Amino acid sequence: MLLPFFEWCEASAVGEFIRTSLWLFPAIECVHLLGLVLLGGAVLLVDLRLLGVGLRDLPVHVVGAAGHRLLLGGITLMVLTGVPLFLSEAIKCYYSQAFWVKITTLGPAVLFALTIRRHVASASQGERSRAVLALTGAVSLCLWFTVAAAGRWIGFS
Amino acid sequence: MVLTVLQKLAETEWSVALHESLWVWPLLESSHVLTLALFAGSTMLFDLRLTGWALSSVPASTVLARLLPWTRLGFAIMLATGLLLFYATPVRNYQNIFFRTKMALMLLAGLNVWLFHRGIYRRVHEWGDAALPPRAARLAGYASLVFWAGVIISGRLVAYNWFDCDIQPQPDFINWAAGCVVP
Repeated sequence: MLLPFFEWCEASAVGEFIRTSLWLFPAIECVHLLGLVLLGGAVLLVDLRLLGVGLRDLPVHVVGAAGHRLLLGGITLMVLTGVPLFLSEAIKCYYSQAFWVKITTLGPAVLFALTIRRHVASASQGERSRAVLALTGAVSLCLWFTVAAAGRWIGFS
Repeated sequence: MVLTVLQKLAETEWSVALHESLWVWPLLESSHVLTLALFAGSTMLFDLRLTGWALSSVPASTVLARLLPWTRLGFAIMLATGLLLFYATPVRNYQNIFFRTKMALMLLAGLNVWLFHRGIYRRVHEWGDAALPPRAARLAGYASLVFWAGVIISGRLVAYNWFDCDIQPQPDFINWAAGCVVP
């Protein structure tokens, strides 16, 4: 059902332009990877704090606020580079299991980060139990790990 | 000399097994890439603190002390997986200009860390609370961001065989930089 859409993406001017260039795909890939550092760093910063294993003496809301700004930057960079990469090989993605795992986890991961986790991580000291903080961090880590690992795996198929 | 040793290394049973493996190589590669979030992510956070872009309400020394164990753990994983990946295709990596660029940039990044800790960081008690650290510290932060971004970019490009020795003819400069033995 979705195949015509993927075919349309593959045939798009942007997709065509990237596919016919020798260095454009690698160049966008590199920026996508730098985006991973920004996004992954922001995710780990907050989640490790929520789990109580890192930066324990810094208030959750201070770490949460810093992490949120970096996360928005990271997501922006990832989407801006990820969409053209997808357009250049949309049909390969359609038949890639890793792509579907990534794309279906990505929605919940972004949604969770911008709603529940943001809410939990903006609490002031002692306002939320350690269990709630840890659970939020663990869910977030699992979601983003799946997105990243499946994303890397698209390249192997 | 180095080439001869690496050619012997490439013929060892484990090296062949690694680069022919269906699962182990991709899993090593994935671990190497995903650990970037931990290693480069924590490095970047400290650099952003040094340059005044993030966590400016937290003393710089506190940020460093809390992040450093994670940076070290990340570096250990990067090094272990990186050495194994190198061991899987030693000659190919050694004669790859992107790999060589990556190593050179890592040396520069390491030198920057060393200079920072020997220099301005010794007086962190004077400036650690400031939202915007002094020029020397900001400079070290920006240099670190640039060097590590370069390491990541050249590392990613190792995968491409554009300038590999078995693809000839190449410009003399490329063959020289990659250490190709051209008959």
